[in-house]
Amino acid sequence: MAGASKAAVVDSRANLPFIYRQYSPEQLREVLHKMYLIRRFEEGAEECYTRGLIHGTMHLSIGQEASAMGICMPLAADDQITSTHRGHGHCIAKGAEVSRMFAEFFGKTTGYCKGRGGSMHIADVAKGNLGANGIVAGGIPIAVGAALSSKMMKTGKVVVSFFGDGANNEGAFHEALNMAAVWKLPVIFVCENNGYGMSTSTARSTAVKNIAERAAAYSMPGVIVNGNIFSEVAEASFKAVERARAGEGPTLIESKTYRHRGHSKSDRNRYRTKEEIEDWMANRDPITLFETELRDFGFIDDQGIQAIRDAVAKEIADGIEFAKASPTPEIATLQNYVYTEQA
Amino acid sequence: MDAALRELSYAQAIQEAMAIAMDMDERVFLMGEDIGVYGGAFQVTGDLVERYGTERVIDTPISELGGAGVAVGAAVTGMRPIFEFQFSDFATLAMEQIVNQAAKMRFMLGGEVSVPVVMRFPAGSGTGAAAQHSQSLEAWLGHVPGLKVIQPATPHDAKGMLLAAVADPDPVMIFEHKLLYKMKGHVPEGHYTVPIGKAEIRREGRDLTIVATSIMVQKALDAAAVLEGEGIDIEVVDLRTIRPIDRQTVIDSVKKTSRLLCVYEAVKTLGIGAEVSALVAESEAFDYLDAPIVRLGGAETPIPYNPDLEKATVPQVPDIIAAARDLVKGVR
Ligand SMILES: Cc1ncc(C[n+]2csc(CCOP(=O)(O)OP(=O)(O)O)c2C)c(N)n1
Ligand SMILES: [Mg+2]
Repeated sequence: MAGASKAAVVDSRANLPFIYRQYSPEQLREVLHKMYLIRRFEEGAEECYTRGLIHGTMHLSIGQEASAMGICMPLAADDQITSTHRGHGHCIAKGAEVSRMFAEFFGKTTGYCKGRGGSMHIADVAKGNLGANGIVAGGIPIAVGAALSSKMMKTGKVVVSFFGDGANNEGAFHEALNMAAVWKLPVIFVCENNGYGMSTSTARSTAVKNIAERAAAYSMPGVIVNGNIFSEVAEASFKAVERARAGEGPTLIESKTYRHRGHSKSDRNRYRTKEEIEDWMANRDPITLFETELRDFGFIDDQGIQAIRDAVAKEIADGIEFAKASPTPEIATLQNYVYTEQA
Repeated sequence: MDAALRELSYAQAIQEAMAIAMDMDERVFLMGEDIGVYGGAFQVTGDLVERYGTERVIDTPISELGGAGVAVGAAVTGMRPIFEFQFSDFATLAMEQIVNQAAKMRFMLGGEVSVPVVMRFPAGSGTGAAAQHSQSLEAWLGHVPGLKVIQPATPHDAKGMLLAAVADPDPVMIFEHKLLYKMKGHVPEGHYTVPIGKAEIRREGRDLTIVATSIMVQKALDAAAVLEGEGIDIEVVDLRTIRPIDRQTVIDSVKKTSRLLCVYEAVKTLGIGAEVSALVAESEAFDYLDAPIVRLGGAETPIPYNPDLEKATVPQVPDIIAAARDLVKGVR
């Protein structure tokens, strides 16, 4: 009897989406936790910016959390990523601590970039993040270079390059994909297609309907996933990682998603309708979708969800306090890090 | 309102110049990233797309190299494109078309073509945008024969020099400091031009010549106003064009004051200050110098994100005051 019910559990899992077959309930609850952490981090950063505590600008990834988490799910700790101007979520998904991210935004020495980089360059290099980037498509060839190192040095590392739909019209994208394919490098190109490059829709900027179609030009698989469904993203990433590790070469994943906020802090959203934004927020929010699924499948209950939200709220509050209390760089250190310090 | 006193912001002045250019010449059109419905990253094109339509105010894909090249190709074949880079830093992606093509096409083809393209570059630091969105790269382009490179410092000049650029048969690169966009000043109505290649004396003085560019012109004037209280009389020369440089205005000014301070935001070494210093040292003004020439420029570092570090990276008014005072008092 006990044996039979165990078999039934196995069977029912076999019909579940990919992640429920691949990962433990603990792991999946941790994913929900991280998705909330990204969301609340963005909201916290936005609030600090509005209150004048953070200067410059920032690009929030609210609405794209499943994409960052799904892609990073199958990565090993020493696998690497390159990120973008919309990189806070990637940074957290690859293991960064929000306290040191806030500290960076506050321009403090305890920040990941010691106050030199800010939002647009945020990265925990120790966790395999080779940098967010202020240059659209700037990280794509760098990822290919990291993958070349992996192959030459036989480290077995896989490299993921995140970029937006806008980046697919830069020459660097095309040059990089071609080299990665010719040299069969262990790299995964992840286009987070949120429909717009700043104000310009893909329909107005891009000759192909789906950016994944670009893969054909470079003889690599091109995969389209619903970027707001964690399981779909994680499954595509898992397969691409397997292929890369097996030495079979790169994959282009197009993760279709949406940013809830404006492009940056100076966007008046004149190029899209309020209805469109509200529709995505109300009906396709990646956190709501994942949370509902976890609850429906009995992987978490309301209490568990509340516990996650409370823990995240505390992490965010503590992170902001840490940032505020941290020291500001001395002016005398202005020229540090320009060149490598020699003994 | 009295038309003679009409004030516009620097950004509005540029927008008005582009509208006038399009009204006057149907070959003129605008290209750039998010210059249409978004109005440009700094709202310089604003609502021009509503007035001139998407055929003349063209949103490009994020393709700086290709976009700049398309502008060059259109210019060579009869159109008059004004190409906006979203940030001057992205000129680095388009260097091939700017430096190898736009600058040299006329020369390489033995004068058979002209390249009447205008490129606009929002430049400079002070916005917290960090190392890849805050650079001052004008001297890079100033090094290239075939290009003209200008840095208007006032709303009046921004409009007049853009109209001169559009009328110019050769490629003109306009560097617009982002912190100037909100600066207000008198801008005449209608069409007028301010010549490319001509510096302007913004303030006359006897004791010291400050040659400044772009946003540093206003900072130099602020410093001069303070030093006036100490009895130091400063002449401020707004260089306005860095290629071709107006040697004579600089030389004449230094002959008058016998002291030279160059102030610019770009990294100090191998920059405009070196050029201005050298042209004075090579000229008859050298014999008039009573003190070493001094340069104040950006620190030898990328622009940092932290606001205090960012400010410390480029010359500020107190730095100019201190340097000018030392020079005049013979401390240097
Ligand atoms: C080379 C370059 N061109 C232009 C920009 C200005 N810019 C920053 S983000 C952006 C839009 C990018 O769109 P996309 O790649 O779709 O990313 P998203 O912002 O949608 O995440 C633009 C035009 C830049 N940073 N770098
Ligand atoms: Mg996009």
